[in-house]
Amino acid sequence: MDAANYLYLSALLFTIGAVGVVVRRNAIVVFMCVELMLNAANLAFVTFSRINGDLNGQVIAFFTMVVAACEVVVGLAIIVTIYRSRRSASVDDASLLKR
Amino acid sequence: MTTSTSLVYLIALPLFGATVLLLAGRRADKWGHILGTAMSASAFAVGVYQLTQMLGRTNESRPVTQKLFEWISVGSFNVDAGLMLDQLSICFVLLITGVGTLIHIYSISYMSHDHDRRRFFAYLNLFIAAMLLLVLGNSYLNLYVGWEGVGLASYLLIGFWNQKPAYATASKKAFVMNRIGDMGLSFAIMIAFATLGTVSFDGVKAASEHASTAALTAIGIMLLVAATGKSAQFPLQAWLGDAMAGPTPVSALIHAATMVTAGVYLITRSNFIFDAAPTAQLLVVIVGAITLLFGALIGTAKDDIKKALAASTMSQIGYMILGAGLGPVGYAFAIMHLLTHGFFKAGMFLGAGSVMHGMNDEVNMRKYGALRKYMPITFATFGLGYLAILGVPPFAGFYSKDKIIETAFNAGGNKGIILGIVTLLGAGITAFYMTRVMILTFTGKSRWDDEVHPHESPLLMWLPMAILAVGSVTSGFLLSNGDALVNWLAPLFAEHGEHAERLQPMVVSLLALAVVAVGIAIAFFKYSRQEVLAIAPENVSVFTKIARQDLMQDKFNEAVFMRPGQLLTSALVKTDEAVIDGAVRGVGQMALGSGSVLRGIQTGFVRSYAALILVGAALLIAAIWMVTQ
Amino acid sequence: MNSLILLMLLPMLGALLIGVLPKANETLTKQIALATTVIVAIVTIAIAVGFQRDNVDLQYVQSYSWIPSFGINFAVGIDGLALVLILMSTVLAPIVVLGGWNESHGGRWSVKTFYVLILVLETMMIGVFAATDVFLFYVIFEAMLIPVYFLIGGYGTGQRSAAAVKFLIYSLFGGLLMLASIIGLYVMSGAQGGHTFDLAALSHLQMSSTTQNLLFLGFFIAFAIKAPLWPLHTWLPDAADSATPGTSILLLGVLDKVGTFGMIRYCLTLFPEASKTFTPMILVLALISIVYGAFLAIGQRDLKRLIAFTSISHFGFITMGIFVMTSQGQSGATLYMFNHGFSTAALFLVGGWMISRRGSSTIADFGGLQRVTPIMAWSFFLAGMSSLALPGMSSFVSEFLVLVGTFTRYPVHAVIATFGIVLAALYILIPVQKALHGPTTEGNENLSDLNLREKIAIAPVIAIIIALGFYPSPLLKVINPASAHVIAQMGFTDPAPTNGDK
Repeated sequence: MDAANYLYLSALLFTIGAVGVVVRRNAIVVFMCVELMLNAANLAFVTFSRINGDLNGQVIAFFTMVVAACEVVVGLAIIVTIYRSRRSASVDDASLLKR
Repeated sequence: MTTSTSLVYLIALPLFGATVLLLAGRRADKWGHILGTAMSASAFAVGVYQLTQMLGRTNESRPVTQKLFEWISVGSFNVDAGLMLDQLSICFVLLITGVGTLIHIYSISYMSHDHDRRRFFAYLNLFIAAMLLLVLGNSYLNLYVGWEGVGLASYLLIGFWNQKPAYATASKKAFVMNRIGDMGLSFAIMIAFATLGTVSFDGVKAASEHASTAALTAIGIMLLVAATGKSAQFPLQAWLGDAMAGPTPVSALIHAATMVTAGVYLITRSNFIFDAAPTAQLLVVIVGAITLLFGALIGTAKDDIKKALAASTMSQIGYMILGAGLGPVGYAFAIMHLLTHGFFKAGMFLGAGSVMHGMNDEVNMRKYGALRKYMPITFATFGLGYLAILGVPPFAGFYSKDKIIETAFNAGGNKGIILGIVTLLGAGITAFYMTRVMILTFTGKSRWDDEVHPHESPLLMWLPMAILAVGSVTSGFLLSNGDALVNWLAPLFAEHGEHAERLQPMVVSLLALAVVAVGIAIAFFKYSRQEVLAIAPENVSVFTKIARQDLMQDKFNEAVFMRPGQLLTSALVKTDEAVIDGAVRGVGQMALGSGSVLRGIQTGFVRSYAALILVGAALLIAAIWMVTQ
Repeated sequence: MNSLILLMLLPMLGALLIGVLPKANETLTKQIALATTVIVAIVTIAIAVGFQRDNVDLQYVQSYSWIPSFGINFAVGIDGLALVLILMSTVLAPIVVLGGWNESHGGRWSVKTFYVLILVLETMMIGVFAATDVFLFYVIFEAMLIPVYFLIGGYGTGQRSAAAVKFLIYSLFGGLLMLASIIGLYVMSGAQGGHTFDLAALSHLQMSSTTQNLLFLGFFIAFAIKAPLWPLHTWLPDAADSATPGTSILLLGVLDKVGTFGMIRYCLTLFPEASKTFTPMILVLALISIVYGAFLAIGQRDLKRLIAFTSISHFGFITMGIFVMTSQGQSGATLYMFNHGFSTAALFLVGGWMISRRGSSTIADFGGLQRVTPIMAWSFFLAGMSSLALPGMSSFVSEFLVLVGTFTRYPVHAVIATFGIVLAALYILIPVQKALHGPTTEGNENLSDLNLREKIAIAPVIAIIIALGFYPSPLLKVINPASAHVIAQMGFTDPAPTNGDK
């Protein structure tokens, strides 16, 4: 199968994720969209690794997974804290820095 | 040239007096006047000693010099702090210290009621030191130090009673107008250095023989500007009348006998420049001629005795400047008139001070009258000075002023005729206003208020007046007997051929006497035969009104310089605030403004940030893509 | 002890000592600050005594590798020019501490901080004149802004924060341009035999005239802001208005000299050709500064702003002297820098005392002080006379040298500049008349005269002003070789007397 197809899929997933981040209000959904983008990038890395025939891309994909895992922990913690304090998981409500 | 190590004491002694008196403060109140007088007197003693030494030498070896230390030395600009005493400066040294000491003595009594007498003596000593530096300096730059030094002393003394705002303003006016003249001296020194490469008298004299006329003319004109400032000559004359705000001894010493004659000294000292620059010399004569009439005309309308005398001083210095502008033949006569004027004008000023002393400091002559009975000594000494300034033989002015008139007539051509007539006319007007002063002050009916009790001044005051009166009577004869002064000064000036004498000395004298007699007669009929009003009449001719306002000199200065200057200043202040600082603040405002515009992007909504990031990333990719294509 | 780096460390030591003191002991803090500055002044005098006058090379040279990878050295050394300015700075410092004994009170921070700032500033003042490495110079040039910023913003009066920010941003702007030029120089030096920041090595760089002009402008604008030259002057009146008198003395007396010093040391030495190119323009700016500063001084109602504007006029004279390229102009300008330090110090000291006693800096609020406080009035008068360059005062010698030096090459400029001396008479005598003369006005009757501390502070200033007016030779002998060296490097000789053959 042509390696380019994996890249198209990666681009598609990334776009879905990016659009989701911009249009959805719910913090959990936004968060999942971010994860989607990360995994789209992972897919691209692994694909390039395959194309180039070395392991660099795969190594970076592992890094990304670790970072994503950390991010999930911190991010979820923040979302939960915000939800507790303002009874809402909408990202538009959490615009304290502006005011 | 001979060197002498004692020249410095001439300056050091009064300078020491001034320093001690100023630093000691109130502690010196008890003995300050004695120290001041002693310092002035000892400087006089050094001067006399120098004169005796000088008399013992031949003409060529008479000048003595003393190098004190290297003052300014940069590249080829080398000026030593050096002193030089020659036949010309010794005349001034003796005049300054001699008349100065007499005036110190006079002031002990005159200022005895003043709380700040010590400070007064400190200033007087400072003046003597600066004036001696002026006449002893061996270069134009040294002279410049003395030149501004006397300006400072004059400023301090005019403003001695500066708690009165008008007096403070008068002192400021004198300083600023003098500074305009000083600027001329600066220019002269700069031109001399740039063209001749030196600023010492000897150096300039030697170099002037090879210099172009243009350069010498420029130097000469600038020196003349300097002289007009210091000597209150046209067009920088307006400060002298106001300078009468100072205590009367100051008017006698600084604004009659010595400082205001510094311009004459400068021109005479620079004779080698003016002799080689006919245009500059002609300007000197013109300035002298204008001022002598200008001063005399102001004198006719003044009711303030000191201002009348000040106008007279201006006019008499006009004679001296005119004399000095006539070239080698006139220098000695200018100096002679300067010396005799030093005696009689100082004497008359002291007389005026004596009158004021007895009249509760009243200066308006219309409030005087009949003082002859109450102040006989003052009347006598003032009267002798009066005869001297009129040029009545054998008083001093007869010898000095008639010589200038005679030289003016003999200057040749139309110039001679014009100058001769101007000087004669001046003599006539002088006779008129001086007679007016005499009549208003000493004769007629008394016009003073009831609470005034005129009385003769004490010994310490009338003694200096008497000594000066003796000088007013004898100095002219002594200085001109056997051409004493002319021969004494001759080695300093260029040779001058015998001029064709257009008028015999006798004719000139008779003419002058006739004009003077007319002047006296007019004054006599106007003021002695008619009732003098205690309050100046208002319905007078337009000419009198103009003369009372000093021929509009202040109005002119105000309209042409002061008001535009003030307008310019306030315009510049506003411009600086609005335009230049405004531009700077504008840049600051722009930074703030653009910040607040950009702030709108920071909405606080996570999703809009994300969208911006997305757009940014897309743009970046697009840019990279376009570049790599 | 004859080491410049030690001299720079001394004030730092004093600052450290003050730093460990308890905050409460204010008198001890001040005493230590005074003692430190006095010791620094004495060491500087010792260095001056050991200075070889006729040697035009740098002396007391020390160089330590600082950032080797960029070829940056901690290199110091002085010639006559730098020595004179360091001497002025270190002699002024104890006078500032003593004269402004109480001005640290009522600030935003403690007395301790004030003196730490002053002492740190003194270290930098020495360093900025002694540096022979361009990078070191730049670092100190910029670092000096920090203590001054806090001194103005923390201890000043009125709109002190605004003035401090204005000062800082103006200076940073100039510094940034200079940094760009310095980087340019560094890059050029790499192409011509190795990267270096050494001043002597950089002065031999070959540059195209465009490059030279651009780099020159970077330096010159920085110095013109510092000096300050019209039209980059508007920060100065505000800063002087808001700062304490002591800070103003250091600001106008010392820091601004870095600008004129830099023009000689960096602009002329590094970019001789560009200096010649820009001379006509700079002379015009200098002339405008002279006349403009004088007119604005006449028009000021506030004493501190008036003094600031007189300085703008004086800096015009200094700049003119530097760029006319005659030995008289150059020596006169250097001497002017020294004299201006003391004459401004005298004006600000006495002006500051007058203002703190009266509680107002508006000239019209004073009146008749000569009868109430004679010693203070006399001090102010003498300071004013020095500012208007009365012969017998040191400033006369320098001003006249600048004028004479200008006249031999640019007569028209000299003539216009000389009009400044009449304006000077006005801007000094008008405040003298309003504040000291006339009847004693309300609010001034009970002002107290100078106390002993203040007399001790002002006496040496006036003594130096008068002594150098009559005998400037000791300084001129140090300055002359240095200025002659600069002129010769630039390829100029003094114009010979023309004998009027024009």
